[in-house]
Amino acid sequence: MDVQFINPFMAATVHVLKTIARTDVSAGKPYIKKDNIARGDVSAVIGLTGNVSGTIAVSFTEKSILAIVSSMFGEKVSDLNDEIGDAVGEIANMISGQARQALEKMGRPLQAAIPTVITGKGHRITHITSEPIIAIPFLMENDGFTIEVCFE
Amino acid sequence: MAIDTSIKVLVVDDFATMRRIVKDVLKQLGFDNIVEAGDGSAALDVLKKEKVDLIVSDWNMPKMTGLELLKAVRADDNLKGIPFVMVTAEGQKDNVIEAVKVGVSNYIVKPFTPGTFGEKLEKVLG
Repeated sequence: MDVQFINPFMAATVHVLKTIARTDVSAGKPYIKKDNIARGDVSAVIGLTGNVSGTIAVSFTEKSILAIVSSMFGEKVSDLNDEIGDAVGEIANMISGQARQALEKMGRPLQAAIPTVITGKGHRITHITSEPIIAIPFLMENDGFTIEVCFE
Repeated sequence: MAIDTSIKVLVVDDFATMRRIVKDVLKQLGFDNIVEAGDGSAALDVLKKEKVDLIVSDWNMPKMTGLELLKAVRADDNLKGIPFVMVTAEGQKDNVIEAVKVGVSNYIVKPFTPGTFGEKLEKVLG
């Protein structure tokens, strides 16, 4: 996988959460994830196609997504309900969209499918290629979440 | 804003959360006559029953996309004059060009701030 694919998704993640949830997040050190177990409790996966194909996933812990959605709505949200799943899908959509704008400028246009949302402790995230999965941990106040990027 | 905020706005998005965010922003801007639909097909049903003054639609939706909805609206003599704003994560150049060709009134890329949203609506309605 070309590492040039990583930075646009990292930058998009910071921008999206700052804009929609007024939440500052910072990227930790990317690593190769060797299993398909989600690092969070609710995840969204988006398939991307173009000159290359791949998948991105964003996986939030319960604590992190409740804080983010509470900030998005301006009211305290305390349960992992359907609205939270919706929000995770939409956040993934926005990250994908922002990153793809940057990739287009780099001459790497990609199209995106509609996100799939998965919830539950220890759920699995399936990427469409068997290439190494690059996981990027993100830190926010009191907690964090993980972005996974996997391209052929 | 120097625009009429008493108009009826149709918000179309398959994600209830996104509809809520768009409605919240519209309310912050002074709009409170808002109806909603979960995809393009449901939006057409609303448009057949109610007089709507502005459509704010997502692009990427199941059943009928925002672009297909835009094409259907512009092809209908009764609806073609309604301002149509696309609110979408699809900010790539080809998407914008395609929407402009079909007759989109303005284009808002997610994520957006209320300020950006208001400026775009002012260009359409002002």
